[in-house]
Amino acid sequence: MADTTRRSRSDKVYDWMNGIYLIAMLIIVLYPMYFIVIASFSDPSAVGTGRVFLFPKGMNLKGYQLIFEYKQLWIGYRNTVLYTIGGSTLSVSLTLMTAYAFSRRDMVGRGFIVTLFIIPMFISGGLIPTYLLVRDLHLINNPLIVILLGSVSMWNIIITRTFFQSTIPAELFEAAKMDGCGNIGYFTRIVLPLSKAIIAVLIVFTAVGNWNSFFNALIYLNDRNYIPLQLVLREILTSQTQMMQQLDLGIVDQDMAEKTFLAESVKYGIIIISSLPVLCIYPFAQKYFVKGVMIGSLKG
Amino acid sequence: MINPNPAIRAQTPKRLFSRKWFKVKENIGLYVLVLPALIYVILFEYVPLYGVLIAFENFKPVKGIWGSDWVGLYHFERFFELDVFWGLIQNTLSLGLYALLAGFPIPIILALALNSANSKRLKSLVQTITYAPHFISTVVLVGMLNVFLAPRLGIVSQLLNGMGITSGPLMILSDPGSFGHLYVWSGVWQGMGWGSIIYLAALSGVDTSLHEAAVVDGANKFQRAWYIDLPSILPTIVTLLILNCGGILGIGFEKAFLMQNALNLGASEVISTYVYKVGLLQSQYSFSAAVGLFNSVVNLILLLSVNQLAKRLGQNGIF
Repeated sequence: MADTTRRSRSDKVYDWMNGIYLIAMLIIVLYPMYFIVIASFSDPSAVGTGRVFLFPKGMNLKGYQLIFEYKQLWIGYRNTVLYTIGGSTLSVSLTLMTAYAFSRRDMVGRGFIVTLFIIPMFISGGLIPTYLLVRDLHLINNPLIVILLGSVSMWNIIITRTFFQSTIPAELFEAAKMDGCGNIGYFTRIVLPLSKAIIAVLIVFTAVGNWNSFFNALIYLNDRNYIPLQLVLREILTSQTQMMQQLDLGIVDQDMAEKTFLAESVKYGIIIISSLPVLCIYPFAQKYFVKGVMIGSLKG
Repeated sequence: MINPNPAIRAQTPKRLFSRKWFKVKENIGLYVLVLPALIYVILFEYVPLYGVLIAFENFKPVKGIWGSDWVGLYHFERFFELDVFWGLIQNTLSLGLYALLAGFPIPIILALALNSANSKRLKSLVQTITYAPHFISTVVLVGMLNVFLAPRLGIVSQLLNGMGITSGPLMILSDPGSFGHLYVWSGVWQGMGWGSIIYLAALSGVDTSLHEAAVVDGANKFQRAWYIDLPSILPTIVTLLILNCGGILGIGFEKAFLMQNALNLGASEVISTYVYKVGLLQSQYSFSAAVGLFNSVVNLILLLSVNQLAKRLGQNGIF
């Protein structure tokens, strides 16, 4: 209130500097993403010769056409959709169940079980012993392992438990018990319907995490029919041979140059297509993400 | 032996036990709810924790953990004497420190700037845009670096050539000296908006009467940000600093692995990527399990000691 009536000169300078700083940050973050979008729609040779900076040039969908014909990408896409649905469903269910039990102060032995869950946050066996275990379980090259591993996240459990404790009064359970409601019935019929906000947060968090992950698939899957989108992307986006080829490329052969330009254009398009689902839900999900961080920070 | 006071008698061990047992039976549903996750934790966390014993033996898969020969600390000693050891430690540590020094203050500055922005619309626009890169996958982020910085066709190479600053192909992706800068600043780009959320939450809790009093005393906006906002969020800053320090040697596998190429390996090989290569690609299970264990123990020690240090300095630790 005081700001508008009495703005001193130093305040005005501060406001200007602040505005300039924020706009600079905005441009720094936005421009790379914006460039990917316009480059993907532009004429590949215009991008390849550096004539695209602010606006797309020579509307061109050749890159996208090639992408749609690339079968492995769509296999990866399908796998990632399945892994994301499976992994998120499993993870969210486990998180809600466990967090609810942990939120109940009258659970005998709760402290011990919670400690059991917390210790692995600080020290873990690491990659090799986990790999040997998965091999002994005969789950190498079985898509189930990608869904299973990482489905219990203590961090999410803590956030959810905090939510239960702060929003659902303990008296409610006493009342339900009077009416003959057991623990599980109370959880499914009363707690869950009251927890839509946290369920949305969890779904959005785990789904994005699953969509973007590739580590477990890299370690445990080697059948080309099972690999997720991110691993297909890795082959296309970070292949070193292409980078080296570019070095040798004197622009002697016009045809060869066109092909290289197109290969780069494909990369821009693939970045868009693979990030599309996440970017589409982002505007709607943003408030849930922020809410998740807020709830988490209460007991950080 | 019976205690005359009935209230105390009720607390005798047997009674206490049967009362507890009654409560367990009454709440049996809660244990059913925990069970699946508990099985997961035991299977996928504790079994590997037990499996880390192979770091102390010459593990042969056919012989199993108890059938293989024990070698004590042999693998650890071998690792410490290896030529690559100091290189790995240096790469991992310098990358972690650099990421912390550059990446830690920037979200705080952004949050302070957002908090004192006059225009609500600018504030929410900046928030929406700067949060977005957090949701881009690591593969795509590294892919973006690769296309932007490609030797000939990348936009950066073309800009620099066009302005006459450089000529010929840009070699930044294969230059070991640039790896750290690319790793850290692309991380800052991706994470600064997201990192600012938690400070914004803390800033929204700052008492407005402090600001009102400061305005009466003639403090300008910068002074208020510096003397009121910053000290108010100091506990949050310390907590996050502790958590981040614990991760200095915990440089993630994914990004370093994706950014590696044959030419920058001298700077980009970190402990986690080394464990992957030696362990899974060369099947030296015991040796790489020892390297992994060494890494996670050092991480734990770092976390605990930073926490202690924060307590000594009069701040709240995280535990």
